Amino acid sequence: MRRTLHAIGAWFEARLCLGNSLWPMLTHPVPKSIAGPMGWWYVFGSASMTLLMLQIVTGIGLALVYVPAADKAYDSLLYLNYVQPLGWFLRALHYYAGSGMVVMLLVHMTQVFLHGSYKYPRELTWVVGVFLLILTMGMFFTGQILRWDPDAYWGLAVGGSMAGRVPGAGPWIVELMLGGPVIGGNSLSRFFTLHVFVIPALLLSLLAVHLWLVIKKGISAPPQPGKIVDPKTYDAEYERELSTGVPFLGEAILKDLFFSALVVVVVVALAAVLGPKGPTAPPDPTLGGANPRPEWPFLWLFGLLSLSPGWAETFIILVFPVLLILGLFSVPFVSNRGERAPSKRPVAVLAVVVLFTIFGTLTYQGVTAPWSPEMTAWSGQPVPVNIVRQSSPRQLQGALVFQNKNCRNCHALEGTGGRRGPDLTLVGSRLTADQLIDQVSNGTPGGGNMPAYGSQIGPDEMSALVDFLTSLRPAGQPAVGTPASHTLATDRP
Amino acid sequence: MADSTCHAPLWTRLRRRTLFQWLTFGLSALAVTVLGAPLLGYFFGVRKREEHWVTVGDADQFAVNETRLCTFDNPLRQPWDGITALTGVYVRNLGPDQQGQDQFLIFAVNCAHLGCPVSWFPQSGLFMCPCHGGAYYANGERASGPPPRGLFHCTWRVEQGRLQVQAPHYPTLQDTLSAEEKTT
Repeated sequence: MRRTLHAIGAWFEARLCLGNSLWPMLTHPVPKSIAGPMGWWYVFGSASMTLLMLQIVTGIGLALVYVPAADKAYDSLLYLNYVQPLGWFLRALHYYAGSGMVVMLLVHMTQVFLHGSYKYPRELTWVVGVFLLILTMGMFFTGQILRWDPDAYWGLAVGGSMAGRVPGAGPWIVELMLGGPVIGGNSLSRFFTLHVFVIPALLLSLLAVHLWLVIKKGISAPPQPGKIVDPKTYDAEYERELSTGVPFLGEAILKDLFFSALVVVVVVALAAVLGPKGPTAPPDPTLGGANPRPEWPFLWLFGLLSLSPGWAETFIILVFPVLLILGLFSVPFVSNRGERAPSKRPVAVLAVVVLFTIFGTLTYQGVTAPWSPEMTAWSGQPVPVNIVRQSSPRQLQGALVFQNKNCRNCHALEGTGGRRGPDLTLVGSRLTADQLIDQVSNGTPGGGNMPAYGSQIGPDEMSALVDFLTSLRPAGQPAVGTPASHTLATDRP
Repeated sequence: MADSTCHAPLWTRLRRRTLFQWLTFGLSALAVTVLGAPLLGYFFGVRKREEHWVTVGDADQFAVNETRLCTFDNPLRQPWDGITALTGVYVRNLGPDQQGQDQFLIFAVNCAHLGCPVSWFPQSGLFMCPCHGGAYYANGERASGPPPRGLFHCTWRVEQGRLQVQAPHYPTLQDTLSAEEKTT
C-alpha cells in the first residue's frame, strides 16, 4: 500500500516538478530569531490572509442565496437570517471576519512600520501592501451597499454627493457610480460586481505579488538598535543572516498557524454570539427616521467631515484621501535606510501614536456623532421634572415652546436631547434675557450652527421661552446681567 | 545558434521585422480598437436622460403655506427596483400669484450637503438633516449647518388642475433639478 502511494506521488512529481519549485519556496530560510519569541511580531500578515480565505469561503456561501436585485436583495437577506440553515451564521461570520481583516491589516502595517521592515529592499512590498489595504477598504464599502437597507441606500447617496463635487466630471462620475439617474437596481448591480468580481480579482492578484516579494526579498530580521540598513551592504548581510536561518515551513510557521487559529476561533465566537448585522429596515427611501451611519472603518471620515469647516470640506472629500494614500506610498521612499529599531526612531513611534490618537478620536466622534440633531428628542424626551418644579406658569409655557419648536433636537437639558448646540441646563447663568432673544431670533450670525427663529416664534412665545431659559440656573444664583450677579461675578477670587 | 537569438536584446529582435510581423501588429491594433471602442462605450457611456412628469396630487388639495411630503414611484426606475424606486418630495403651496395661479415650492428630500434625507418640522418651520445637522427654512433656503446651498428645487407644472413634478434624478451640487438653477 505504502509503495503504491509512493509510486502515485512519484508519478505526479515527475510531471509537476514541485520538489524543485514549490518546496524550496515553502522551506526558504528565514532569520533564526523569527523562530524565537520575536516571531510573534510576524503573525499578523498571515492572519489577515487567513481571514481573506475565510471571506472567500463565506462569500461564496452567501452568493448561493443572495439575490443582487434591488427588489429582492432585502428579502434574500431576511431569508438568509431566518430561513436558510446557518445562513445567519455565515452572514455574521462574513461581517466579523471582514472587520477582523481590516484590524489585522492595520496591526500588520503598524508592526511593519515600527520595525522599519519597509526599508530597503522591501519598498515595493510596502507599496503593494498599501494597495491591499485600499482594496480591503473598498470591499468594506461595497459590502455595506449589498446589505440593501437604508444605511446602504443613504451610503450610496453620500458617496454620490461626494463624487458629485469633482469639478466638471462630477455629474458623469455620479451617474457612472449609480448606474443611472437614480439610486436603484443598477447601483446595486454595480456594487455587487465590484464586491464579487472586480475588487477580489485585484486583491488576489496583488496578494500574489505581495507574497512573491515576501519570498524573493525575504522576511526582515527583527530589528536591533544600531544595526543600520544600508542598501549597499544590506543584501550581503541578509544573505549571511540566512546562512544560519531556519526553514519557514517548520518552527517559523507554527506561530502563524497558532495565531491564525486563535483569530478564527475569536471571529467564529463573535459571529455566534453577536449574530448577523442587519439589514435594519427595508430599503424604502421615503421611510421616516432614517439615520444613516457609515461602517466603522469609515467613521473617522464621517467625524472629520462633520468637524471640519465648510470651506475645507470639498478639499477633505476629494484631495485629503489622495494625500493620505500618497503619504502611505511615500513612507519607504522618504526613509529606506538607517535604523530600524523603534527605540532609535522616536519620530516613527510618535507618528504612530499621533495617527492612532487622531483616527481613534475621530472614530469615537463618529460613533457618538454629537453634530447630528436628535430628530425625536423634541417629542420623545420630556423636560426634566426637577428643573421645572419651581417654575411659574409662564416659565412652564416657555418649556412647552422649547419642546414644541424642536429646540431639544439640538440642545440637551441635563444631558438628554441633541448635542449639536450647547446643553442649556444652566443657560440662565450665561446669557441675559436680551442676549437670549437675540440668539433665538437671529441664530448664529452668518448662518452658523443655529437657525434664526425670528419668524417662527410669536412675541408671547418668545417672552415665555426666554423667561424659561433665564430661569435655568443653579438655585440661589441670580440671573446674569442683574446687579447682584455682577457683584457675585467680580467678587469671585 | 538558437541559444544566441534567445539571449539577444529585445530591441535587436524587434528590428528584424518581416511583413508578417507588421501584419500581426496591424491586425492586433485593429482588434484592440474594434473591441475597445464598444467596450469603453458600454462601461463608461451614460444614457440620455428622459423627461417624465409625475402627478403628485390635485393642485387644490395643498393648503396654502403648508409643507407636505408626497411620495411616488419614480418613473426613472428600472422594473426591478422595487420599493427603492419610491421617491419623496416636499410640496409647499405658496398661494395664488397676481394671475390667480397657485405657486408651489417643491424640494427633493436630499440634503444639499451630502444627500441624506431631511425631515420637515412644521412646529419650527425647519427642515433638519440627520447626518451632519444641516437645517433649512420653509422656503428651502439654508438656515444653518454645513450645506453649501439651499434645498434642490424640483421643476413643476399644473396640468388640468393636477400638480405635476418632473421626475427627479439624484440631485448633486453640479447636477441640480431645475433648468433655471443650472444656467445661473
